[in-house]
Amino acid sequence: MAADMRLPTIRKPVSLCSGERKDLVVPGDVITSDTGFMRGHGTYVDEDKLTASVAGEVQRVDKLICVRPLKTRFNGEVGDVVVGRITEVQQKRWKVETNSRLDSVLLLSSVNLPGGELRRRSAEDELTMRQYLLEGDLISAEVQSVFSDGALSLHTRSLKYGKLGQGVLVQLSPSLIKRQKTHFHNLPCGASIILGNNGFVWLYATPSNEEEEAGGFYTSLEPVSLSDREVISRLRNCLLALAAHKVLLYDTSVLYCYESSLQHQVKDILKPEVMEEIVMLTQQKLLEQEG
Amino acid sequence: MAGLELLSDQGYRLDGRKATELRKVQARMGVFAQADGSAYLEQGNTKALAVVYGPHEMRGSRSRTLHDRAVINCQYSMATFSTAERKRRPHGDRKSTEMSLHLKQTFEAAVMTQLYPRSQIDIYVKILQSDGGNYSVCVNAATLAVIDAGIPMRDYVCACTVGFVDETPLADLCYAEESGGVSSLALALLPRGGQIALLQMDARLHQDHLETLIEAAMTACKGVSKVLDQVVRQHLEEVSMLTGE
Repeated sequence: MAADMRLPTIRKPVSLCSGERKDLVVPGDVITSDTGFMRGHGTYVDEDKLTASVAGEVQRVDKLICVRPLKTRFNGEVGDVVVGRITEVQQKRWKVETNSRLDSVLLLSSVNLPGGELRRRSAEDELTMRQYLLEGDLISAEVQSVFSDGALSLHTRSLKYGKLGQGVLVQLSPSLIKRQKTHFHNLPCGASIILGNNGFVWLYATPSNEEEEAGGFYTSLEPVSLSDREVISRLRNCLLALAAHKVLLYDTSVLYCYESSLQHQVKDILKPEVMEEIVMLTQQKLLEQEG
Repeated sequence: MAGLELLSDQGYRLDGRKATELRKVQARMGVFAQADGSAYLEQGNTKALAVVYGPHEMRGSRSRTLHDRAVINCQYSMATFSTAERKRRPHGDRKSTEMSLHLKQTFEAAVMTQLYPRSQIDIYVKILQSDGGNYSVCVNAATLAVIDAGIPMRDYVCACTVGFVDETPLADLCYAEESGGVSSLALALLPRGGQIALLQMDARLHQDHLETLIEAAMTACKGVSKVLDQVVRQHLEEVSMLTGE
């Protein structure tokens, strides 16, 4: 078997955009000693001085000063699309791990059960919760509300959300996902992608018929064709390459990266030198597209 | 102490440093992709790797949950190959349990745990090579990892060991000095406010000397903090250049 070897070198991530100087602070830095400002996330007041508590970029909105860290856990907002994994089945609710600082909650009353939307949740439904979602199952959902302690309440009351069937999960940093109108994309290369705001990305073969049965609890166990699997694995490696070079992820960037990678074998994409080349090409295409 | 001269008449130490001189500190942040935060730090020949997971839901025993703040969980371990004599147990022995507890106390003083009620923050530190000052190197590495994870802290926590020889405080002891019967003191400091997060000494020392020793330790910690500050700022600049739009 042939093995690849390379000498250890310091690889700088490639970047084409010339970043302008930003207001960067580290924990303990005094942002301002003016008391007229409001204290936002990532700051605290120490002896009347507004001080940063995380390392990152200062953002000012009128009188509010926040510091946004470069990398952090998912801070959910209402309306965010998330991909998560069921960790626990409790009474009337599921606990979902969503890369957030506390496990999210999916209430039995905020899922679409088979047999009509407007149906009373009976005691039987509570007993058969495990039939719908089991520990370890992956779901896509939307954030319905945020509790005071920061935990999220999810809902799947739309046919596009629900249990995820066959596909590949890629876990990335939430800060790499670009906020967009829609996070569900059918890519022209033959696969679909759910870019969860929480950094969890779900790749799956585009379903042939659009009608979903049983309110999103139906999972197809049909074998996925080899070509589809190849496309999915290529997309997965592309996502990892983009994430390694901290490129924002959205449908266009993923698609451009996919196109740039076509001249390489799927397994070669993860080699550092190939990665650099592909990401460079992608960034060029993105810059051209921007104008 | 026959034979081993820790401080020469010219004022040089075993490894050629001056009394207040620190060892060379080199560090890198974000060494692992899968962890929330990670850092690698070398201080002379002592090398440590720190990884932070969290804040996340309580795992394991739910009963430890605190309803007003996050629980900090620290684990200190030493690689079996880190010392001259091969270690049998990498963690779980009495010494590393004590060290884990010290780390926990140190970071509870610095991390703003009240922002994350009912969650847990895991800090794992591993010594890859041990050449004295294990506690301080762990604290310094863990500080960088916590900052990398984006967890709010009041300030950096910087730690340093100081020994007392011939009426002179020696900063940042190496293993040869530590094992040479010096009464040493470990101090973790929040440098900007000058608050002490942890002070540990398990040797005999005359009360009159304590003041000077703490003074020297604080100066050394501030020196370390300058280096860490540089590392963090450089890392910040590099990463924000990439994501900048």
